[in-house]
Amino acid sequence: MAKRHIYMDNNATTQLHPEVKKVLKQGMEVFGNPSSLHFFGRQARHMIEEARGKVASFIGGEADEVIFVGSGSEANNTVLSMLMCPSKICSCGNVGKVSHEIITTSIEHPCIMRTSECLQDRGVPVKYLSVDKYGKISLDELKDSITDRTGLVSVMMANNEIGTIQDIKEIARIVHEKGVLFHTDAVQAVGKIPVDVRKLDVDFLTLSGHKIYGPKGIGALYVKKGTPFCPFIRGGHQEQGRRAGTENTLGIVGLGKAVEMRQKEMPAEEKRLLEMKTVLRKALGEKIPDIRFNGHPTDSLAGTLSMSFDGAEGEAILLYLDEAGLAVSTGSACASGSLDPSHVLMATGIPVEQAHGSIRVSLGRENTMKDVKYMIDVFPGIIRKVRNMSSAYKGE
Amino acid sequence: MEKKPNEWVYTDKVKQHFMNPSNILEDEETYEDDGKGIVGNVKCGDQMMMVIKVDKEKNVITDCKWKTYGCASAIASTSVLSEMVIGMPLDEAYHISPKDVTMELGGLPEHKIHCSVLGDKALRAAIDDYYERNGMQDKIQKEEARIVCQCMNVTDHEIEHAVLEGARTYYELQERTKLGTVCGQCKDEAIRLLEEYKKKHFK
Repeated sequence: MAKRHIYMDNNATTQLHPEVKKVLKQGMEVFGNPSSLHFFGRQARHMIEEARGKVASFIGGEADEVIFVGSGSEANNTVLSMLMCPSKICSCGNVGKVSHEIITTSIEHPCIMRTSECLQDRGVPVKYLSVDKYGKISLDELKDSITDRTGLVSVMMANNEIGTIQDIKEIARIVHEKGVLFHTDAVQAVGKIPVDVRKLDVDFLTLSGHKIYGPKGIGALYVKKGTPFCPFIRGGHQEQGRRAGTENTLGIVGLGKAVEMRQKEMPAEEKRLLEMKTVLRKALGEKIPDIRFNGHPTDSLAGTLSMSFDGAEGEAILLYLDEAGLAVSTGSACASGSLDPSHVLMATGIPVEQAHGSIRVSLGRENTMKDVKYMIDVFPGIIRKVRNMSSAYKGE
Repeated sequence: MEKKPNEWVYTDKVKQHFMNPSNILEDEETYEDDGKGIVGNVKCGDQMMMVIKVDKEKNVITDCKWKTYGCASAIASTSVLSEMVIGMPLDEAYHISPKDVTMELGGLPEHKIHCSVLGDKALRAAIDDYYERNGMQDKIQKEEARIVCQCMNVTDHEIEHAVLEGARTYYELQERTKLGTVCGQCKDEAIRLLEEYKKKHFK
């Protein structure tokens, strides 16, 4: 029998939607530079603008508020880096001249964390909001942290590791009350939960293609009309002069189709994912002793399940699961090549040894209840095997 | 499209020992060991326990079992080490280095070498325990640490540890240990040790 390969790592990336594959194949025929005035250019331009419209409408914004970029990381870097722009000829106006402190959280994606650290090194004060044991920030701490020097607040909408969803609407309200700009990294949220930039009232929002069954290497940054802006990549008139470089036509077309499909499939699919996760969580909780689940019990992405095991190290668990044909991820230090376990899990205050023994399952549209049942069958045996040879497991 | 089997980051030998480890200590309660050593810390992500039985006439290890909390390379290196030392004279087993273990495994990715360091340490701790129990304290080799950086009180052991954890340049060594950040007089000696430990463990 052929070996099973079941993909349960959809927060890392996703398989292309079959409809996306179709438009990518068609799109490969179009090669014109979208900036060219002739037929070939207009053909590409038309495809890009059609996709822009789809992305804008999916998040409730206007087409000219959407900038296509190379990735979610680029979008996040763009927003944070604006605060250090020293240029007098730049369109960013006053951003960062008077008020340039940044407030973000302790559970952001590494592209926000590292950029913040670099900015801090260049003299931009950065404050990291703490989170509670479920991964939620405190609105009171946020209120108290904003000063008249604060230039930007950036809070991720849904966390990639534990799935916790923040109350972005309320956070944006507090931030705007103090007259500060607000950015949310919604890479894990857009396409999984309803997102409406007008209702949420955000100034900047980041989204990415490959987390929602679209292509890799394409993302989008929403910038609310009238918001000061400073390009991260300069030197071209593309994207209203906000992101230089010939457009990634194929990626953009794929992203457009991906959000179109999310619009159709998201509500039913998220319900299905939640059902699967609930079954998985309940069964593993019953069958495996000394297990704990991370993240918020209800305000959480439907397909994301993070858990920790006493006395069993994450990379070992991951590789045994892989051998059984189940692809997941871990917050263990060993797997990342660094010496520290996941900063997100540590921020939620779980003991470091439990962070080393953590596994994240993230379900997606390809997964079925059959996959979940298979995981329920093999997981307890793997944990038993790891603990049986562990010097750190004291027995059931 | 044909899906090729993914290549492991580890060698086949590591995979074999990880998937089917030898000599796991399954009967910890009843196992009558002649020496026992535990090193590492779960908080750091790695902990190893090794127990040995010794032929006291010949001073040869007759059995070796282990328990390890850690990643695939930590598990594989204790498993392979236990196979290596059964039947080995104590004196020889005492001097097994991390490099011997990694060579036996056909190599480990660089950032995983430190996972195999604990194995030989745990084994030495078990042998020390045996010597202790049998009145052979004179055989125990205390690893005397030598201070290299007087200002920040950094020893040669800490430099070796930093190298095993990934420091490859003087700057990285400084980042990890803070040595040479005050008067800087130890720089030449630290660089010499850095090269020595790189050669010892990685070449």
